[in-house]
Amino acid sequence: MIHSLVQQNALVRKTGVFCCLHWWAGLFESLRLGLSVRALGGVLIVGVWVLAGCSPLERADLVLHNGPEPETIDPQILTGQADGRIASALFEGLTRFNPTNGTAMPGLASHWEISSDGLTYLFFLRPEARWSTGEPIEANEVVWSWRRAVTPATAADYASQFFCIRKGRAIVNGELRDASQLGAEALDAHTVRVHLENPTPYFLELMASRVFFPVPQRAVERWGDHWIRAEPLPCSGPYQLLSWRVNDRFRLRRNPQYWDAAQVTAERIDILSGDNPSTALNLFLNGEVDLISDRKIIPGELGPELAARPDFHRFDYLGQDFIRFNTTRKPFQDARVRRAVAMALDRSRITAHITRMGERPSAAVTPAGTGGYQPPAGLSYDPATARRLLAEAGYPEGRGFPAIEYTFNVGSRIYEQTGVEIQSMLREHLGIRVELRPLEWKTYLTEMSALNYDFIRGSWVGDYDDPMTFLDCFLSDSGNNRTGWKDIRYDRLLQAAAAEADPQRRLGILREAETLLVVEAVPVTGLYSHVGLYAADPRKVGGIWPNRMDEHPFFSMRRIRP
Amino acid sequence: MRPWMARLALIPVLLWMVATLSFFLLRAVPGGPFDRERAPASREAEAALKARYHWDEPLWRQYERYLGNVIRGDLGPSLKYRDHSVNDLLGQTVPVSLSLGAMAFGVAIGLGIPLGALGALKRGGWADHAAAGLTLVGVCVPVFVLGPLLVLVFGLWLGWFPVALWGPWQNAVLPTLTLGLYFAARVARWMREGMLEVLRSPHVQTARAKGLSETAVILRHVVPVALVPVISYTGPMLADLLTGSFVVENVFQIPGTGAFFINSFFSRDYTMMMGMVLFYSVLLQVLNLMSDLLLRWVDPRIRS
Repeated sequence: MIHSLVQQNALVRKTGVFCCLHWWAGLFESLRLGLSVRALGGVLIVGVWVLAGCSPLERADLVLHNGPEPETIDPQILTGQADGRIASALFEGLTRFNPTNGTAMPGLASHWEISSDGLTYLFFLRPEARWSTGEPIEANEVVWSWRRAVTPATAADYASQFFCIRKGRAIVNGELRDASQLGAEALDAHTVRVHLENPTPYFLELMASRVFFPVPQRAVERWGDHWIRAEPLPCSGPYQLLSWRVNDRFRLRRNPQYWDAAQVTAERIDILSGDNPSTALNLFLNGEVDLISDRKIIPGELGPELAARPDFHRFDYLGQDFIRFNTTRKPFQDARVRRAVAMALDRSRITAHITRMGERPSAAVTPAGTGGYQPPAGLSYDPATARRLLAEAGYPEGRGFPAIEYTFNVGSRIYEQTGVEIQSMLREHLGIRVELRPLEWKTYLTEMSALNYDFIRGSWVGDYDDPMTFLDCFLSDSGNNRTGWKDIRYDRLLQAAAAEADPQRRLGILREAETLLVVEAVPVTGLYSHVGLYAADPRKVGGIWPNRMDEHPFFSMRRIRP
Repeated sequence: MRPWMARLALIPVLLWMVATLSFFLLRAVPGGPFDRERAPASREAEAALKARYHWDEPLWRQYERYLGNVIRGDLGPSLKYRDHSVNDLLGQTVPVSLSLGAMAFGVAIGLGIPLGALGALKRGGWADHAAAGLTLVGVCVPVFVLGPLLVLVFGLWLGWFPVALWGPWQNAVLPTLTLGLYFAARVARWMREGMLEVLRSPHVQTARAKGLSETAVILRHVVPVALVPVISYTGPMLADLLTGSFVVENVFQIPGTGAFFINSFFSRDYTMMMGMVLFYSVLLQVLNLMSDLLLRWVDPRIRS
């Protein structure tokens, strides 16, 4: 039996792998082992069958490598960057990101009006806006979606972005049970009015972020938590979902109902999921992938070499690496010790020899240029002052200084080497002995939240282009604080900045707050600002530009035909 | 009752032990699936999330609930991939790992057995040395070196096969070889040792004395007995192959189960991790039982 099967299946012969099977089948059969051979043969044939069944996928117009498999693509629940990219191909907000610079431009709303005090927004939806399934996208669906996002039971991590809308904070915190009290209402089918708590200069950009995307109410009500797997999935963005195979790819097709469908030229897009950077690079070099959109999936060791190529694009990115100090226990209870450590660090040694991608050394928390803001210089490298501060704190030349540990998460060569560099700089300049404490990611997070560390690596990526997204991490009651530092002056400054209507004065107050944070109290000291990187051959892929938000909307992306 | 039936009956007990042990061990590890760099929006939201997955209940109650669901065939929702259930993830990825594993098994057996037999029959000759050299290389070169090497030569330089991804048969060639060659080398070594031992044994001498042709002696009296160590190694080997290799699937970006073995632990995806452990246990038990049955059938000494 196996003979005939093998002969019939030209595929098997072609692979070459199975050639010897033919001969062995004969041998085994002569050994009265026919049955097991048939079983084995059966397994093999099934294997080949499964493969043969996968008809060769026709190459999509554009193939993107998106990095790790998304955890969820529900716009209101997702938190990851890879997740967000898929969601923004399928859905759209009232505004969308301008592909050239990451600012807000009209999306589902064609235009808007802002009251003179900056507290009331009137959004006018496009009457022609429709879900890919044909139903109109109306104002009450927008409001319904936002109520879904702020309801605690939805457990949206980004619900905190609704704090700027009236009653948003109270609903998210569970103080107000009725989500319909949220300061957003549908005036008619195409008009949404939003009342803000404070003038929020980045509010239009927020409207382009995922948590504010309207979701298809009927589908969510019908399918509950699993609505995103509905077939067909109602989509509002430039593409609709054809298929989704975990750890393999999303296959998308152009959404003809998209209001701006005329701009969208790629008929089909494949978005690959995978987390091996070398494989992603091989696929790109071989021309099987047109665009690698995730920095994490570009091999770190090759970063500087790759960045020099014309098809790799480097840009300043809205992210920052820093060190958190545990202000609740010795020796970092003492601000002088924290300042001493901050001043003993020559950050340019880290960026020049370890990260090597042109990162900007910075002792602040907000990357320079965020929302037109210049952060304070922070405590720059000054070993002499550092030694003096340490002596004042009672540890002249580091004598009597307790043994301390620098904690960091494993998984990147950069974090480990940075730890070693910090260790040597502190020994050299302050006479302090530091042990390195590498921890696996989840343990690292648990230890950091439990304040079970001396000083620890930290980082933050901004959600919108404004210093507030970095600075509000260190509010006394913020779950992202994780230093044990609480200062009512800092909280009041951020409150004052939020209430300030004049943009320049607002940035001035934020600068004052950040000065308190990184120059005076120093529960945290910056290391360097992040650099973004994506790979795309400019001769093959168009409609994509580097921008500090790392937002590359799908509506403009296209394949250039030779 | 026959011994194999007793073993079959033991499988559910073993599975229960495995499930219980891994359930409580996993919960003892610090960190949880929803611990992230970004803190939850509020305590209320965090509590709601915990309530959704019944983590607000005492641990024994959660254990009871989990076991009940597993018995009904429901492995629960994945805690990392929140749009999928564990059943759904396994359903999508297991067939891929199974077919890759089956093909690699073909390579292991189809290449390993002739290579081992050749070595034993031409003992000390150049063929033996060549086979020994090959198997040594096969065993020593780790898959994370062999895979990229094959990709470099046959994918990037020669362009014969795709460098990664899962699709038509061309995509399967390099990963199958990467996964299969190591096991082929091990099979070859088992086979060679087995053959050498059997060739020296008295029943082979008897067979020769009866006047059988050398081919008949080898095929009827040597190979079946020499296969015994190979077959007993086959069960666990097949389980290893069929459940997917983390390295091979990662290097070739193949959507199999391999990734979940490692990653579901690091992301504290309790339900997915439990699903993988149970899946592997079932497969291992069943395949071990099968290789034992096969052994009894091949080797009369075990039967008596």
